[in-house]
Amino acid sequence: MIKVVHYINQFYGGIGGEEKADVKPEVREGVVGPGMALKAALGKDAEIVATIICGDSYFNENLEEATAEILQMIKKYEPNLFIAGPAFNAGRYGVACGSICKAVKDNLGIPVVSGMYVENPGVDMFRKDLHIASTANAATGMRQAIPAMSKLGLKLAKGEGIGSPAEEGYIPRGVRKNVFREERGSKRAVNMLVAKLKGEAFVTEYAMPDFDRVAPNKPVLDMKNAKIALVTSGGIVPKHNPDRIESSSASKYGKYDIEGVMDLTEETYETAHGGYDPVYANLDADRVLPVDVLREFEKEGVIGKLHRYFYTTVGNGTSVANAKKFASTFAKELVQDGVQAVILTST
Amino acid sequence: MVKEIERAGIPVVHICTVVPISLTVGANRIVPAIAIPHPLGNPAVSKEDEKELRREIVLKAIKALETEVDGQTVFDK
Repeated sequence: MIKVVHYINQFYGGIGGEEKADVKPEVREGVVGPGMALKAALGKDAEIVATIICGDSYFNENLEEATAEILQMIKKYEPNLFIAGPAFNAGRYGVACGSICKAVKDNLGIPVVSGMYVENPGVDMFRKDLHIASTANAATGMRQAIPAMSKLGLKLAKGEGIGSPAEEGYIPRGVRKNVFREERGSKRAVNMLVAKLKGEAFVTEYAMPDFDRVAPNKPVLDMKNAKIALVTSGGIVPKHNPDRIESSSASKYGKYDIEGVMDLTEETYETAHGGYDPVYANLDADRVLPVDVLREFEKEGVIGKLHRYFYTTVGNGTSVANAKKFASTFAKELVQDGVQAVILTST
Repeated sequence: MVKEIERAGIPVVHICTVVPISLTVGANRIVPAIAIPHPLGNPAVSKEDEKELRREIVLKAIKALETEVDGQTVFDK
């Protein structure tokens, strides 16, 4: 019998939403939430002996302690397999799943599996360390995610060979494997080229890695006379969210005039973000977008000027393509407006 | 977003709570924040102390913008 420990967040654990994202890890015997479907998919050969539940914010704000605590909880059950998630496109959840999987693999030496949407930040952080089943971006993909994760997990636990990412449905780990092919490389390359010229579909045998790094710009030399702009992914908007920026998967950003605004108050600003507990930001949005402090620094001569507009969007399940598009658009305006540096805040 | 701003030629500092995510995304100047729902505040302390805390973090961010870096740098001191 393969003993399995399953990790889920506070939401799937039925403890609560964002208002409970700060709960500490706890362990429950047997299955909880998506563990039911996982149990069914694993079948007779495996048993979920325990489920660990932890709040996403607690985990991410206390990465090391939380990992250590959870590792202790898992150890007690002497599992043969550890499964975390699926986290879909939930960033903090993905980071939690990946961090614990890696810690379990490194410390307990047992196979681990998670499931995430390819844009989850947990993927880039952990794809090389573990098998992450490729899932949809939202929980509507649960029915596909669970069998994919369970199949991978069982294979790993039984020591069976794992096929290619495309065959097995996991996210490529950057591992290259020697295989024999019918046709030699030169012929396959020419076939691909011919297919490309004809406009037909073909699959590359070695996808080029996407190294999208931007070198840091020169520092600001004369801060006392510099114009600084504020940007946030924390969803701070004027009260009642006039442009209706979505609480998740944002399709737009906002640009708001803060000329003469000295302080963001409960009456004037709020957050549109649906991915964290909004209570604190709604009471005082300076906790996310520090307009009050920058006004003080402006007055004290620490900086030259706070730019007249701030730019904001909701960084909650928002696609990388959208975020890129928003920022490349408003960055042009910032350049035109003579902004010399940007402070970007994220929740 | 940090990368697109940097790409446009403007130095940018990322104030965020989950530093590993910022590193993965590719921010160059990173200043750690307090907590996810209140990166630049702490409702558990007095208004005055909270403001002071926010001043310290923003000041750290300003210092980061004044500092020459040649790769990803976390300003946690």
